Amino acid sequence: MAGVILEARGLDVLLGDYQVLWDARLAVDEGEMVALLGPNGAGKSTLLNTVSGLLRPRAGAITFRGEPIAGLPAHRIVARGLAHVLERRRLFPYLTVEQNVRLGAYAPAARSGREAQLARVKALFPILEERAGQPARTLSGGEQQMVAIARGLMAHPRLLMIDEPFLGLAPRVVTQLVEAIRRINREGVTIVFIEQNVELALSLATRGYVLESGRVVLEGRSAELLRSPEVRRIFLGG
Amino acid sequence: MKRAVLLLLFLAALAFPVVFTLPFPRHVMIMIFLYGALAVAWNILAGYCGQISLGHAVFFGIGAYTSTLLVAKGQLTPWLGMAAGAALAVLVSQLIGYPVFRLRGHYFAIATIAVGEIVQTLVINWDWAGGARGLFVPIKRPDSVVNFQFHQSKAVYYYIALGLLLLALAVTRWLERSRHGYYFRAIREDQDAAASLGVHVAREKHRAIAVSAALTALGGTFYAQYVFFIDPESVFPLSLSILICLIAVLGGVGTLWGPVLGAAVLVPLSEGTRVWLGGTGKALDLLIYGGLIMVIATLQPAGLMGLARRFRRAP
Repeated sequence: MAGVILEARGLDVLLGDYQVLWDARLAVDEGEMVALLGPNGAGKSTLLNTVSGLLRPRAGAITFRGEPIAGLPAHRIVARGLAHVLERRRLFPYLTVEQNVRLGAYAPAARSGREAQLARVKALFPILEERAGQPARTLSGGEQQMVAIARGLMAHPRLLMIDEPFLGLAPRVVTQLVEAIRRINREGVTIVFIEQNVELALSLATRGYVLESGRVVLEGRSAELLRSPEVRRIFLGG
Repeated sequence: MKRAVLLLLFLAALAFPVVFTLPFPRHVMIMIFLYGALAVAWNILAGYCGQISLGHAVFFGIGAYTSTLLVAKGQLTPWLGMAAGAALAVLVSQLIGYPVFRLRGHYFAIATIAVGEIVQTLVINWDWAGGARGLFVPIKRPDSVVNFQFHQSKAVYYYIALGLLLLALAVTRWLERSRHGYYFRAIREDQDAAASLGVHVAREKHRAIAVSAALTALGGTFYAQYVFFIDPESVFPLSLSILICLIAVLGGVGTLWGPVLGAAVLVPLSEGTRVWLGGTGKALDLLIYGGLIMVIATLQPAGLMGLARRFRRAP
């Protein structure tokens, strides 16, 4: 596990007039799998949206593979190897599965290796081949999530950020997805994901960050966080 | 099968002026081709990229005014004027794009109405370009391709208009298959998701409006050389922007042939009522348009193309 791939420090982020993140931080090592935890409205999605360039921070620094990326437009950040799978999947509902997935390869570098990457992604999610010609909106939630992750992978990322991959999915599908995400990670892609289910998140991730009301209140190895009374307080109350 | 039908339609379009020698049927066909081409051009930005513009008369007017001013003041052939008009429309579209593309959905549409009104008011007050009185295209005889004037027969206009429509269709067909066509559709379906994949949303929108504006301006020059008189009320009005939109919506937004189908239905309707009912025809065709749009919107939001698709599946 060589070195830091992503580091964000001192992020202040506003949505309109309302400040959502206060002095937020996030550091991810190459090859890691990191979970962002926290109750609704804690700012997890805002943190990822800021890292991927969909939002601009008012203050703070973000470096990806050693280079500053804060304030860069999203397409530049994707081109550097940081892909982001949005909350609720956000597929293009009337385009086919295949078209959705191919649209993930926008950056020139990703475009040149597109067919090879497509084959790799199809091997990971066989559903892509079976449903290639179907409009994305006709798929089940779990299948749609697979398409969304596949679409993210088409950018050939070094770091893949997934916002709530397991939201609203059947337990059996969750197991499948967990397996797929593990495999993506084993193949060398660093992963950051958001998940509300603490046990699920920390069983998958190597480390976790806990956000509350826009601040990072805890970080640590999964095993430590699972034992932490603070985590119990935040997620179970009392 | 589909190829054969298209080839047959194309041959029929080529043969039409040979069979119908009277001016009126030729005129109706010319209007179908012209408005069809405008709706196809509009459809690139609105149908594929999802940016509903109600200001496309701006580009039409730029095409008409550029070529006419170059003919009247500079003795340049309208063909060069046509190219210049398209280039100017592209430039203006890029300038308009910067502020307007920041808006989404209804707000974008409303802003394009405002841009259209501003441009029309500017031209009304621009005395050098004829102001509210408008401009005549200086009549030249005899008929010649270089002068883009044909007084003896509408046949040449017919083939030029057909060419415009085919050009707009070919560009759309090419875009449909190119990666930009996919980026346009991604932006239409979910702009944020497209951005998260790294699609350069602003640049793709500028690309879409550039192509759309250029093709619309070609139509403007054709109109000026066909009617020989232009004024702000005839080439820059909001009603023209809306008509272009209605034609595409009726036919089927975001499809290759939808706008052509819409023009084939709406143009004869408006030309017909104008001829048969004289002055009152003008209001009646708009009434029928309104009714048709309501029927289409409730029964088949995908337009006539959606209807056609349904019939093809049914039997």
